[in-house]
Amino acid sequence: MKNRWLFSLQLGFTLLVCAFLIVPVILSILAGLTVNYLVGIESGLTLRWVYAVWDGYRDTIFLSIGLSLACLVVTLLIGIPTAYVLAKRQSGLTRAIEELLVMPVAVPGLATALALIVTYGSLSGFRTSWAFILVGHVLFTLPFMVRSVLAVLMAIDLKTLEEGAASLGAGFIDRFRDIVLPNCRTGILAGSLMVVTLSMGEFNMTWLLHTPFNKTLPVGLADAYASLRLEIGSAYTLVFFLMIVPLLLALQAFAQPRQTKFVAEDDHHD
Amino acid sequence: MRRETQRLILLLLPAGIFFAGFFLIPMAELFVIGGSGKTGWSAYAAILTDKNYFNSLLATLAVASATTVVTLIISGISGVFLQRHKFPGNAALVAMLTFPLAFPGVVIGFMVIMLAGRQGLIGQITEFVTGDKVVFAYSMAGLFMGYVYFSVPRTILTVMAAAEKLDPKLEEAARSLGASPMRVVRDVIIPGLKPAFISAGAICFATAVGAFGTAFTLATRINVLPMVIYTEFTLSANIAMAAALSFVLGAVTWVVLAIARTAAGSTVAAAG
Repeated sequence: MKNRWLFSLQLGFTLLVCAFLIVPVILSILAGLTVNYLVGIESGLTLRWVYAVWDGYRDTIFLSIGLSLACLVVTLLIGIPTAYVLAKRQSGLTRAIEELLVMPVAVPGLATALALIVTYGSLSGFRTSWAFILVGHVLFTLPFMVRSVLAVLMAIDLKTLEEGAASLGAGFIDRFRDIVLPNCRTGILAGSLMVVTLSMGEFNMTWLLHTPFNKTLPVGLADAYASLRLEIGSAYTLVFFLMIVPLLLALQAFAQPRQTKFVAEDDHHD
Repeated sequence: MRRETQRLILLLLPAGIFFAGFFLIPMAELFVIGGSGKTGWSAYAAILTDKNYFNSLLATLAVASATTVVTLIISGISGVFLQRHKFPGNAALVAMLTFPLAFPGVVIGFMVIMLAGRQGLIGQITEFVTGDKVVFAYSMAGLFMGYVYFSVPRTILTVMAAAEKLDPKLEEAARSLGASPMRVVRDVIIPGLKPAFISAGAICFATAVGAFGTAFTLATRINVLPMVIYTEFTLSANIAMAAALSFVLGAVTWVVLAIARTAAGSTVAAAG
């Protein structure tokens, strides 16, 4: 009897936390589709605000998509080889390299952005181009790609696989393409989703790195929140949700395949 | 073997050049510029000696500590609960609790405005019930709420992963020996989750110290360090001070994370 009571108490608490996280999301989606949020839903539903966002902030959406894809390409090109090296050689030196690579995540984006500005701010062609933002995004997302691929490489017996292939006469390029890459497919995919999602939402650095002609989606959001009516801010947020949710769902499906299995098996536990 | 070493160095080169050129050198530059202002190298001490900076440092540490404690309590209760009790709808609750995982700070700020802003839900409810409209989004309380919102999804995943590895037999043993539920929580569950609490708590704390987007959305006059740095840089054009303060801020978060990693690591080793 006491256990039932404890269970209900914890369930109630958890539902409350869920409400805290989800209610504002629902409110914001509603506000983005309501004619006048102050009057309420009775004022009618409209797509007017979504159109207004499309007209005013279309460029930020395309820039963010372009940036996140460019960021993905760069992190794949320099991240996978790095993960491979870290998996092959495990020494104090490679651990230190891994530690260093994670620093841009540990250090506030504001500090990294300021450092980039004081160093490269005078190269005006670079400073004003979107490549400047890209550099920040790559610094911030690279550790996620490296760790994700590294985790998979550590779980397989890379050495035996490579030695086997080498004894059959496969050169390094062939081994890398036919053994290493296919084996760390899941790590690459999970890392890629992470990189694109993070790049799409990065604000801390981007706010200092951007120029008025290079606004990303989160920068546009900050703009809209500060200067436009609540409905437009909400509609803009709605657009952001629509872009980020598919990525998140894919990420969740990847991160916890065991989780769902566990739930299905253990349904009658309580 | 030598050829292999050469090849590995070659493979490491692209990331190495990128990282050195765009992180290590700029950070060194930031450090030097921090000491090149009117006050010279004493700019690095200003965070302790200047009353305004010191106060915002205290405010930043206070809001980050409060966020960490509250987030760990919330995630501890709900995370262990959801891991232990598999009921219909469990997966949906987990999905909802982790949904805001990828929201940037600005969006989190907007969520706080939806709840506690001028047109927010809390304001409407309190106005209806008491006649007084409660609005606290644009203050330290709003910032705190935003940081908890931001941190719960991350922390709950870590706690759930750790709770999965806890041995239920230990709790059963404690219970059969007559331990009350409170004692089981205090003596069995919390020690078992300690490494997860330390590492998740450190990440929570470091993000709250360095985050900028949420404060930026809520109000530019919230007196936390990232906002002070931003104001020094843009409004006062005091680049040296901004550089010194952000270097110190970066060092603080990095050290917190490094200490936590060592602490969590050694606890794991001791437990194993």
